[in-house]
Amino acid sequence: MSEEFEPRVIAFCCQYCAYSAADMAGSMRLQYPSNVEIVLIPCTGRFDVILALKAFEAGADGVYVAGCLVGNCHFLDGNIRAQQRVDYLQKELKNIGIEPERLAMYNLSASQGPRFAEIVNEFSEIISRLGPSPIKKNLAA
Amino acid sequence: MTTETDKPVVVTDKSGAVLVIGGGVAGMQTSLDLAEMGYYVYLVEKGPAIGGRMSQLDKVFPTNDCAMCIISPKLNDVGGHINIELLTLTDVLAIDGEEGNFNVTVRKNPRYIDMSKCIACGECAKKCPRKVDNEYNESLDKRKAIYVQYVQAVPLKFGIDPKECMYITKGKCGNCKKVCPADAVNYDDKPEEVTLNVGAVVVASGFDLFDPTSQETYRYSQWPNVVTSMEFERILSASGPFQGHMVRPSDHKEPEKIAWLQCVGSRDINRCDKRYCSAVCCMYAIKESLIAMEHAGGKLDTAVFYMDIRTYGKDFEKYYNRAKDAGVRFVRSRVHTLTPQINGDVALEFIDEKGQRRSEVFDMVVLSVGLTPSTGIEGLAEVLGIELNEEGFVKTHPLAPISSSRPGIYACGVINEPKDIPITVMEASAAAGAAGKEIVDARFTQTKSRSYPDERDIKGEVPRVGVFICHCGINIASVINVTEVVEYAKNLPFVELCENHLFACSSDTQTKIKDAIIANNLNRVVVASCSPRTHEGMFRETLAAAGLNKYLFEMANIRDQDSWVHQKEPVKATQKAKDLVRGAVAKAALLEPMYQTRMGLVREALVVGGGAAGLNAALSIADLGFPVHLVEQKDILGGNAHKVYSREKDVRGYVKDLIEQVESNKLITVYKKTVPKYSSGFMGNFETVFQGPSGEFTLKHGVTVLAAGGNAHKPNSYLYGQNGRVMLSLDMDELLASNSPTITKPKQTFAFIQCVESREDARPYCSKICCTHSIESALTILDRNPGAVIYVLYRDIRTYGFREKLYQEARSRGVRFIRYDTDSYPEVTETPEGGLRVTVLDHVLKRPLAIDVDYLTLASGIDPTPMKEEIVEVFKGQLTAEGFLLEAHMKLMPVDLATHGQYLCGLAHYPKPLEETIVQAKAAAARAAGILAKPYMVVGGVVAVVEPEKCAVCCTCVRACPIQVPKIVRNEEDAALRGHAFMEPAICQGCGVCVSECPGKAIKLQFFTDEQLMAKVAAMVEDPQAAEA
Repeated sequence: MSEEFEPRVIAFCCQYCAYSAADMAGSMRLQYPSNVEIVLIPCTGRFDVILALKAFEAGADGVYVAGCLVGNCHFLDGNIRAQQRVDYLQKELKNIGIEPERLAMYNLSASQGPRFAEIVNEFSEIISRLGPSPIKKNLAA
Repeated sequence: MTTETDKPVVVTDKSGAVLVIGGGVAGMQTSLDLAEMGYYVYLVEKGPAIGGRMSQLDKVFPTNDCAMCIISPKLNDVGGHINIELLTLTDVLAIDGEEGNFNVTVRKNPRYIDMSKCIACGECAKKCPRKVDNEYNESLDKRKAIYVQYVQAVPLKFGIDPKECMYITKGKCGNCKKVCPADAVNYDDKPEEVTLNVGAVVVASGFDLFDPTSQETYRYSQWPNVVTSMEFERILSASGPFQGHMVRPSDHKEPEKIAWLQCVGSRDINRCDKRYCSAVCCMYAIKESLIAMEHAGGKLDTAVFYMDIRTYGKDFEKYYNRAKDAGVRFVRSRVHTLTPQINGDVALEFIDEKGQRRSEVFDMVVLSVGLTPSTGIEGLAEVLGIELNEEGFVKTHPLAPISSSRPGIYACGVINEPKDIPITVMEASAAAGAAGKEIVDARFTQTKSRSYPDERDIKGEVPRVGVFICHCGINIASVINVTEVVEYAKNLPFVELCENHLFACSSDTQTKIKDAIIANNLNRVVVASCSPRTHEGMFRETLAAAGLNKYLFEMANIRDQDSWVHQKEPVKATQKAKDLVRGAVAKAALLEPMYQTRMGLVREALVVGGGAAGLNAALSIADLGFPVHLVEQKDILGGNAHKVYSREKDVRGYVKDLIEQVESNKLITVYKKTVPKYSSGFMGNFETVFQGPSGEFTLKHGVTVLAAGGNAHKPNSYLYGQNGRVMLSLDMDELLASNSPTITKPKQTFAFIQCVESREDARPYCSKICCTHSIESALTILDRNPGAVIYVLYRDIRTYGFREKLYQEARSRGVRFIRYDTDSYPEVTETPEGGLRVTVLDHVLKRPLAIDVDYLTLASGIDPTPMKEEIVEVFKGQLTAEGFLLEAHMKLMPVDLATHGQYLCGLAHYPKPLEETIVQAKAAAARAAGILAKPYMVVGGVVAVVEPEKCAVCCTCVRACPIQVPKIVRNEEDAALRGHAFMEPAICQGCGVCVSECPGKAIKLQFFTDEQLMAKVAAMVEDPQAAEA
């Protein structure tokens, strides 16, 4: 692990807003760090703590959930429920000694391609500052 | 609930088929909408393939989408639609009969290739010795005499150019016939005349580009480095003559400096007879300059020489601002002399804004050529018996913008007037609705239905995954090492086959994928290309066509979310592509077949808003045979149209007539003083609660059209509200409409200030109508009071399309146009004598000019509807940053909202003139009718499923579900057991909230199960191959 730390981030994006915004960032050719990889979910209401835990277990340094703006969820309150799960898991992470900042929730609309790129930058910066996840395999090797 | 009937029994002597002439984006959209509504379509194209001009474009504004990427699914939809019969290389010869029953004679010209045999292998073209100019690449390279127009062409069949083929012209050669492995070449092919019985005709024959050869100044034909804008599109395109490598034609040097010259063959009555504005050139020049900079890695000097920048459409002004920020230079000047340099460069001479003579040398010059009616339109118009206007386009009326002079014949797209793609698509949908109206009883009388091959049962099979990786021309392959990803993917678990393709979306690749599924007995498919949002549906069809359940498919988005956003990091982007493919394969291996069911629908529409947009939408839906509920919050219908005065058309009379038609239509119920409170449900089965004058009530409807309107902006500047002689455009309209004597008093001075509180940071958009409207008002004043003095203070005059003629008339009749910039706004003051004074810096004299005026009109533009928040909350819409409703796709789905079954039109979408509102409303109606026309909907698929034995009947899902799907039912298997929750697959929308809320993990969301998502996430993060290494 002598080389520079390259964080691995998984983003769960809802198909209506965040995933569309990510596509829009693409069509606008906005450049952002390549270490964020997106998993499409139908609504952030589908986001479950087990999915984030799996990502951390596999070696992700950070996980974020991105859904529609509050009040604009295609399924009314899926994004609010996701926020509650994120809040809950953040506390649990803290309890087991993992920085809660490794998990986050963002809200944006489908037309906010630039905001999507900004979020990637923001979150990558946070994770870079925190360094590798303590769960990460082969960390000692 | 409606009963299921495939073909309603009706007695009609009318034809249920429609003829569409022209296979560009307009003709394709009309055809698709007509076919969805239950009509059989003959789509006639004079060339060998459909796709039209849009297929030639590299990118589209203002989204910068790759044109081919977004048109390709449409090409395939049209090519594969069972109710669209494609007649390529076909001319229309004669028509007789009348609306409802035309007999059209067409001639199918010989292709000299048997389409049923040709496998498009290209062996013939390889061996053909005859090279000719390639029109598709604007003659920048050569094609053979036997050729296919472009690689994604539909139909993908070769054809022989009889004028060039040496065998056909001289009887020599015959190579192609010798080498064709399919024996498809037939030199004896003959033209064939066919008569088609149709109920209506839609002309969508598109445009040609102005040929600048005749214009001495540009020396276009003499110097290779002076190119037209379409040639430049081809230079930029990955499928173009230089494979997307941006070089100039003369010496293939990468240009460092490029100039665009605007208005070549537009707005010019001196050097050519083209008075009108071509409406798209400003935007495409900005787009080309931005994309060129992207090609050059930012090291490119670009300059656009223009008269007025006309960025009047949705998000156009922001695109213009983006270009300025990116460093594109905008020079307001008409270049008068071009001089060639010995090294191939071109020197431009022009007078700059300060009046100085300037000269600047560029590596190449792009002529932003205008649009002219398609060649042959005179002949076609004569055959069809329709009139053309003085510019040679199909004659229509502003209040009937898609109707030709002959009943039953409609026209859409640029053949009416120059316009961009979204308005073309709107007109196309509107024309489909109009064409369907008179033959509504004949719906489904001539259509056919499709059957897929039986699905292969894959139960018990080990996953056999096929991975197909797309180059997307250079969009992916220029950043990601596709070969490396292919080799990598071959070693992933369960992968049986991995291939790469130049365009995964092209119709030939679809066939290859289908063949590969069958040949290799694949039971899962992964495509790594662009976004599932745009292409998943198309690839799923390909699986179905191969006899595989369509849900055994997963996509990896390696373009929009990889190559496009990591352009400068090819190694990392390649690594990311591997991660994404690995994740997709891991999920695919766990996918299970899923099945859909049929469901009835409420075949009634809800229209929200009773202005010109809502009235037109309601009337058009009713004309197509469906009941409509029209809801208006005020106690009067008609909206803004009551306040508009126009010299060109009787708007107030029009809207009064419209209201009468709506109120007397038996299929339309009007609810005034009514607002929507809450809406639930989904396409086919919406339920909305309203607050009306006598309390709350509920309506069920299958589709929703949002036509919530907009308002004139009330500014806080230029003494508005403080001085009674300062008014808004609509106030001036009232004076004109009421024939007010203030207008006709002698020696009156009027001034108009344009862009009031528009095109600024707070409202960064152009309201599109104000330039035309102020000029119309000025002309009306002059008509009544020829002695009046009129000033128009403007930033750019945006009289796009034929509206330019009004501008020319105003200039010739002495209206004084004074330009101002945002660094020197006009000032309005009250003089001590009580008069009104406008002071503005004259752009020619560079001196302040004080004008004493009697009346000042402020063109303040249009604000989005004040109801926007309610609309968004009730109907779950999306808004743009400016507060207008956001459509599903800005270019190709301009009247659809993201929620299926919801449509938008009118000012709620964006400011627009009445004629465009009418078109958009009719388009929304046609799209809505496409849903309502169906006897049933196909639903299910990605839905939640309960495992009864795990369910504790805690009812958490019941509380969590946003659309009240879960019900508690008895255990059917064993009545002794506890009951459980049940999700009706026909209404579940697949959001997955219940899945994540269920404390017992008793619910799974098909296609997004915990197992599938966890496998995907784990595979993406962990790289077993890298760990081994």
